[in-house]
Amino acid sequence: MADSWSVAGRTFTSRLIVGTGKYKSFEENAAAVAASGAEIVTVAVRRVNISDPGQPLLTDFIDPKAITYLPNTAGCFTAEEAIRTLRLAREAGGWELVKLEVLGEAKTLYPDMRETLRATETLAGEGFKPMVYCVDDPIAAKQLEEAGAVAIMPLGAPIGSGLGIQNRVTIRLIVEGAGVPVLVDAGVGTASDASVAMELGCDGVLMNTAIAEAKDPVMMARAMKLAVESGRLAYLAGRMGQRRYADPSSPLAGLI
Amino acid sequence: MVEDGTLSIRVNGAHRRVRAGMSVADLARELTLEPGRVAVERNREIVPRSTLAEVPIEEGDDYEIVTFVGGG
Repeated sequence: MADSWSVAGRTFTSRLIVGTGKYKSFEENAAAVAASGAEIVTVAVRRVNISDPGQPLLTDFIDPKAITYLPNTAGCFTAEEAIRTLRLAREAGGWELVKLEVLGEAKTLYPDMRETLRATETLAGEGFKPMVYCVDDPIAAKQLEEAGAVAIMPLGAPIGSGLGIQNRVTIRLIVEGAGVPVLVDAGVGTASDASVAMELGCDGVLMNTAIAEAKDPVMMARAMKLAVESGRLAYLAGRMGQRRYADPSSPLAGLI
Repeated sequence: MVEDGTLSIRVNGAHRRVRAGMSVADLARELTLEPGRVAVERNREIVPRSTLAEVPIEEGDDYEIVTFVGGG
């Protein structure tokens, strides 16, 4: 049986979503996306460069027909800014599946949950399918789901920190309580962090800096692909119980 | 409109002078943008892509023209 997951009626095989920021070049970015096996990439919405319109565009390197673009609201600090950005994104791209993030402050980039909840309600009412970046709080996660979030995306650690999943208990509580996909978004630093997210039962992982700021981003992209796959397999396989003391693997019977 | 047949507008925060009688699609082309790859907001209202060629530029209009860029 193929292991796939669905969000807002769309089915994907890869459980890794990657960002497209911070790369040295579009070529490196495209190669990393290919190596990651990701079927969804996050993108930002920004003013076109009018003074130098001949510059290459992201769409020249990552084909939006082959890879699903997930427009984000990075840099938005109010519900209104985020909604405005996503209305433009919907017009530019023509799709409803979006990533909502409403930030509370620049220092931590922690989400402002009051604004995030408000934006989720408005967007869902306008037919958007918002995948929502949020705090790792099981109550907030349920509220977002009730407000119309099609996926819950709690942070593992602050955006761009690479600290790994700081609170496995809350991530697991969110997974157990959610009726929509849960993806760890932000905080992954290396492959084992991605595996941890998957072993906790998350449906996927979203990352950008961990790949883009690796010394070899393309190699790290492949590492993340394998980490997500192995974490998922380990979760499905069902890990052994943990013991406080040793338990020999070789039989004691027949010892000479 | 001023007497030389041009209009004063803003595009992405910058002042710009364009000739009268242009549509939003004409403006995009003048900026060498493919109208199919951008989204346009006129005075804070989305201009649906299907109507870009029909919406006339008017004196004092404020445009935001955006596209997708790399982001996390």
